[in-house]
Amino acid sequence: MPVSLEDVRHIALLARLGLAPAEEERLRRDLDSILGYVAQLESLDVSGVEPTAHVVDLPTPLREDRATNPERPEEMVENAPDRDRTFLRVPKIIE
Amino acid sequence: MSDAPDYGPWEPVIGLEVHAQMLTESKLFCGCSAKFGAEPNAHTCPVCMGMPGVLPVLNRRAVEFATRTALATGCEIPRIARWARKNYFYPDLPKGYQISMYDEPLAVAGGVEVETPEGTRRVRLTRIHMEEDAGKNVHDAHDDHSLVDLNRAGVPLMEIVSEPDIRSAAEAADYLRSLRAILQYLAVCDGNMEEGSMRCDANVSIRRRGTTELGTRTEIKNMNSFRSVERAIDVEIRRQIEVVEGGGRIVQETRLWDADRGQTFPMRSKEAAHDYRYFPDPDLLPLVSDPAWVEEVRRGLPELPAARRDRFVRDHGIPPYDAAVLTARRDVADYFEAALAAHPNPKSISNWIMGDILRLVRERKLDDALVITEWPVAPAALAKLVALIDDGTISGKIAKTVFEEMVAGGGDPASIVEKKGLRQVTDTGAIEAAVDAVIAASPDKVAEYRSGKDKLFGFFVGQVMKATGGKANPQAVNDLLRSKLAG
Repeated sequence: MPVSLEDVRHIALLARLGLAPAEEERLRRDLDSILGYVAQLESLDVSGVEPTAHVVDLPTPLREDRATNPERPEEMVENAPDRDRTFLRVPKIIE
Repeated sequence: MSDAPDYGPWEPVIGLEVHAQMLTESKLFCGCSAKFGAEPNAHTCPVCMGMPGVLPVLNRRAVEFATRTALATGCEIPRIARWARKNYFYPDLPKGYQISMYDEPLAVAGGVEVETPEGTRRVRLTRIHMEEDAGKNVHDAHDDHSLVDLNRAGVPLMEIVSEPDIRSAAEAADYLRSLRAILQYLAVCDGNMEEGSMRCDANVSIRRRGTTELGTRTEIKNMNSFRSVERAIDVEIRRQIEVVEGGGRIVQETRLWDADRGQTFPMRSKEAAHDYRYFPDPDLLPLVSDPAWVEEVRRGLPELPAARRDRFVRDHGIPPYDAAVLTARRDVADYFEAALAAHPNPKSISNWIMGDILRLVRERKLDDALVITEWPVAPAALAKLVALIDDGTISGKIAKTVFEEMVAGGGDPASIVEKKGLRQVTDTGAIEAAVDAVIAASPDKVAEYRSGKDKLFGFFVGQVMKATGGKANPQAVNDLLRSKLAG
């Protein structure tokens, strides 16, 4: 099924991207060709193969439950575009 | 536990999603403290702030806590659990996604035994998975901005999802209490709903009694006490019935409970809010369960509420109801056993705990802390008080006075009795003198009593008790009054 402009707008909304109409059409074509390529893979028989979410064949490493990080709130918020004391300051959230 | 309300031909169908904050020292994927109450953003680092180029490393104890919970609720633990990204934008979510689990959770297919007025019921669990918490937004009324504190971002949570097996609002609260008791016994979560360390969302729908098809459900959020959960669900059930009986249709939506107004309101929905586009997190390898380790965790499980309740009935001979109340909280059950070790009178100690102690705990709002470090009265002191009643030093009535003293100023019950001169008067001579004086002072009442007004007996007992400062042995007073009034 070809990717529609509606699909592009929906994805853009979820990703919070503002697209110009020309960009929408360009992305529609890009996405369409990417999905077309992936669709080719679907012709393979993988019924006996476990889904691969990872190419590294290891279980996840674990760390001990220790609070070892130093407390440095000023430093942590330093790069934020806006802050108030050691809070991050953002446009008002309406809900 | 309350009476099942009457919903007429309608049957509610309820499933609960519980988020339980795990009592780890550090966060799920970084070495920041998971403690509550620090200066804003003091417990943050590049990992939990979502800065580029960092990698999450999983906390071993969080896996152990979740595994403990899974085993205690009879879940199966699949060989592989996989981390997934749940994508959405919100200022309290620094990475733009929450690390969670999706189609391969940590545990599946368990159940929780729930005590209801109709007996024990099993509510099945669909799954338990682990995920990270989000931060906190602070809204300043005088500002056109919001403030974000990410201390909570990355704190480990378990999400415990039930099947839609619950059939009333009261049963939902009973389920939550049972689940909380298990989490507290396992020492994996403190279960404090007011402070948000245990949160609950409810999926609610209705259908005609006798049918099996599920109706359209709504999701209720923002309930931060057991009472809120029960009220919100009841109100939502009634709302749905009214809509359907009025010819309307239920819309699938998220509704927020407003405790002050006693109503649920639709949440202003962000379009496509539920399109989370989950996918496996490429930063994290799968969590592979090691059967030997799982067995080790299983062997380390403590005695759980249901087993402890049965043991209390069997070994201490207290009624099942008492045992259920005492074991609903681990600290209360510990308190009972500590007092019992000092003075083996189970029924009496149980009565004191269920009455006076738990009343105090409620009054002082200690009822949501995991371990009550400052009980109003230490277990050994309560045991001593009961021993004083049992050996006849004080009456049960005077014991209440002593208890109030112990609560107010602390101290040893025996020395309070001595200091205040509360020792029970068992000397029949002294009691007899008081009885004679009371009879002599009220000739009219005596005549009425003798002409058949039996109810006046209580009046005489009261007068004698008053005259002796409440210290007379009640049995002796009764006996003497009865014989003297008989004339």
